[in-house]
Amino acid sequence: MSMKVAYWPGCVSRGFTPELHGSMEKVAPLLDIELVPLDRACCSGAGVIAEHNQELADTLNARTFALAQQVEGAALMMNICSTCQGAHTECQERLDANAEYREHVNGTLAEQGLRYEKGLTNKNFLWVLVEELGLDELRSRVKRPLTDLKVGPFYGCYIVRPVDRLGIDNELPRDTYLGQVIEALGGTVIEYAGSHKCCGFPIITMHKEASLKQAGRHLGDAVDADADCLVTPCPLCHLNLDLQQPLAERVVGRDLQMPVLHLPQLVGLALGLEPKELGMQRHVVKPTSVIDWTTSVVASV
Amino acid sequence: MAEVHKAPQEYTIRIRRYDPESGNAAYWDEHTIELEPHRSVLEGILQARARFDGSIGIRCSCRAAICGSCGVRINGQPGLACHTHLEKALASSRDGVIEVEPMGNMPVLKDLIVDMDAVHWKKVQRVTPWLVNKEPIPEREYIVPAHNMVDVTQTMACIQCGACVSDCLSMEVDPLFIGPAALAKAYRFAGDPRDAEHYQRLKDLSEDPHGIYACTHCFKCIDACPKGVAPMSQIMRLRRMAGDDHGIVDRNNGHRHEIAFASLIRDNGLLWEAELLPRSYGGDSFFAKFTPAAGAEMVSSLPAITKALIRGKVTPMGALKPHKLAKKDIADVKSIYETVEGRDERNELNLYITGYDEDTPPAEGMPSAESGQPGIEPEESPSR
Repeated sequence: MSMKVAYWPGCVSRGFTPELHGSMEKVAPLLDIELVPLDRACCSGAGVIAEHNQELADTLNARTFALAQQVEGAALMMNICSTCQGAHTECQERLDANAEYREHVNGTLAEQGLRYEKGLTNKNFLWVLVEELGLDELRSRVKRPLTDLKVGPFYGCYIVRPVDRLGIDNELPRDTYLGQVIEALGGTVIEYAGSHKCCGFPIITMHKEASLKQAGRHLGDAVDADADCLVTPCPLCHLNLDLQQPLAERVVGRDLQMPVLHLPQLVGLALGLEPKELGMQRHVVKPTSVIDWTTSVVASV
Repeated sequence: MAEVHKAPQEYTIRIRRYDPESGNAAYWDEHTIELEPHRSVLEGILQARARFDGSIGIRCSCRAAICGSCGVRINGQPGLACHTHLEKALASSRDGVIEVEPMGNMPVLKDLIVDMDAVHWKKVQRVTPWLVNKEPIPEREYIVPAHNMVDVTQTMACIQCGACVSDCLSMEVDPLFIGPAALAKAYRFAGDPRDAEHYQRLKDLSEDPHGIYACTHCFKCIDACPKGVAPMSQIMRLRRMAGDDHGIVDRNNGHRHEIAFASLIRDNGLLWEAELLPRSYGGDSFFAKFTPAAGAEMVSSLPAITKALIRGKVTPMGALKPHKLAKKDIADVKSIYETVEGRDERNELNLYITGYDEDTPPAEGMPSAESGQPGIEPEESPSR
């Protein structure tokens, strides 16, 4: 099965966490996902532009949706950033809910020859793995199961709340997908208190201590639950959990040394890619120095 | 739709018990009760109390989701015990047992009863929760155009149950945070055209380090609220009013961050993180990085910056040069900014008020247009 997607990498995955976009590009062909980058699209606003001016965020994102709808033969639009996913879904909910408002926004886009038609399918890579590719298919492609690797899921708020907007229910338990993917890749899921909580990133410039306390507490909980590493589908969570980890250690007053992997990196490892190809040496907390890959990841299959 | 009668069945409820006066630690207690699936968790607890153990502590009154007394956590999620069907609670349980705990972020008085005075009500009092009349006071009633009060009706639906306070993730690490319920109450008056002290209210809440800019935007309160108040959305309204309408530049970098973010996207299309940080501290200009506030922040972040540079995560060139869209696309983005920001008034679509088009196939749990009206079936109201 091959699938073509209108691909939105986001800004941070090409800025402060370039290893995220890089690893996605490496992993996609191994899953027969053809990425058509939306290189004309702009930042999703990450909730901040919506906070500033709702119509502005809705119009900028409607432009992105319209560009995605122009991609010939694409099954859907795909995000690799939880925050983009949440910000997009929020705008799309308003656009899809109200025809009059949608026309109003399309009026602004008309000058650029663009138009958003209601009903775009826009999924995060995590949702694509479970709902489009399927866990059985993913399992069958694993070259190097993550045997004995204890992985704590870290979702990020934007991809799990609000549940009704994100379409999370008994049929689509999207707030459990990370655990399912970790298991499909052969790893062990670690349950800990912080898996669905906030990393603190949105207030890092406004209330730094509280922000780092959040990151530090979740990392500490994962350490206490005996996780080898965390995995997250959100690059902003990655910034607070990895880049800021030295500062979070100071705020919570303990050593953490918890590596945090991007979702495509974890998938890539199991599909047989090397940590270096996946940019894992670029993390502030080097997974390569913390995890003993010779015992944690058993080469087999 | 005709009600399908379902026979009573057994449900096991696991209740978190704690009596501070006993000197004993908290413990779990299980009781199996028998009720119809559509009856509430509250009724289940009351039956357990009547049949098995009269000492179970729970606060309740109306049993109809209007008094706000029976806020608890059910299977880890905050809500009203009287507003959760046993059937639904069973479906969300981890092990076939319905788990009921007291709400979080507040001290437990006994079993499922928390001290609302110590946290929730104290915070509500903090925001001057009454109308400060505009002078002169009219002889008869104030006349207010209906559209001026529309958004405020959402916060008026609050029943002060404390479910949002229970799970606020900012309050979890910063107990001084004013919190979702009180800030929603603050918008109730800051958004009311009859109130005389909008500026003072907004200035106060912006400058408080534990005020509107301490909300971490985690959506927990939106999911927690049984009435669709969406406290987080009200906090975002307060931010817009404070910074954009009243020009309040707060000491918490809240407004500067918002403006810097919006203008970087206008100018580049994509986010330039290395530039956003200094501007959030020093103001929306290329020279922000040379201000004392930005400098101090750079110094305090040195351990993270150094590591990032050593690892090649951030390259000096990557930090100094923005990644941006092609010229034509930046022009498109700019023209959207010009059109939208050039309007006389900001447009906001509040789905709590407008509901959904009838032809929109609602996602699971989304209501139809009629039920989106305020005051109608809380369970069916959209949460925003």
